[in-house]
Amino acid sequence: MGETMNIIVIAFLVFGLFLFLGGAIGIIRMPDFYSRLHPAGKLDTLGTLAMVTGLALYNLHHISIGTILVSIKMFLIVFFVSLASPTATHTIVDAGMRAGLRHWTKKKQRG
Amino acid sequence: MITFFSYMAVGLCFLMFLSMYRVLFGPTVLDRLIGVNAIGSKTVILLLLIGFLYERVDMFVDIALAYGFLNFVAVIAAARYFHKRKGLYEESFMD
Repeated sequence: MGETMNIIVIAFLVFGLFLFLGGAIGIIRMPDFYSRLHPAGKLDTLGTLAMVTGLALYNLHHISIGTILVSIKMFLIVFFVSLASPTATHTIVDAGMRAGLRHWTKKKQRG
Repeated sequence: MITFFSYMAVGLCFLMFLSMYRVLFGPTVLDRLIGVNAIGSKTVILLLLIGFLYERVDMFVDIALAYGFLNFVAVIAAARYFHKRKGLYEESFMD
């Protein structure tokens, strides 16, 4: 029980950290403001889901009413982040559009 | 398992420093806002990991939830504040 549960938890955490790494690299490397929001909005949400799932499974090592309540609170964090992160991303995009920020095009070779 | 959690916390701090590049050198204000949002969503996980390291996760889960709310409110408020500022970004087009 304990060893397999630890392996599952480690797999979830490493997967979540990999997604966060992809999001960070995308935020650094993308050429444009709008395209930078793409990894920032999606990969952070899924990374949060994966890492919190791993931590909540680790929290259920010995099952009592307190640990079950804490795990439910952790999934409440996931639920809130999955609501809030797309809303924040959409608000930032809306601010950029209203400020007249132009998007990136490929032909920029000094016309 | 606790040592693995501390390695995970160190990795998350490294990724937060990677996102800090966009906060420091972002061409526009909204780029900095993207970096702040990414760092905040990593900080929620980092708070949970710190709770497991101190074995007080029943307290730190509330702190993480409150921090998530505050981060969301801060990003929404900043994005709405820069809503109607036309011409603020014209110098950022490097063409």
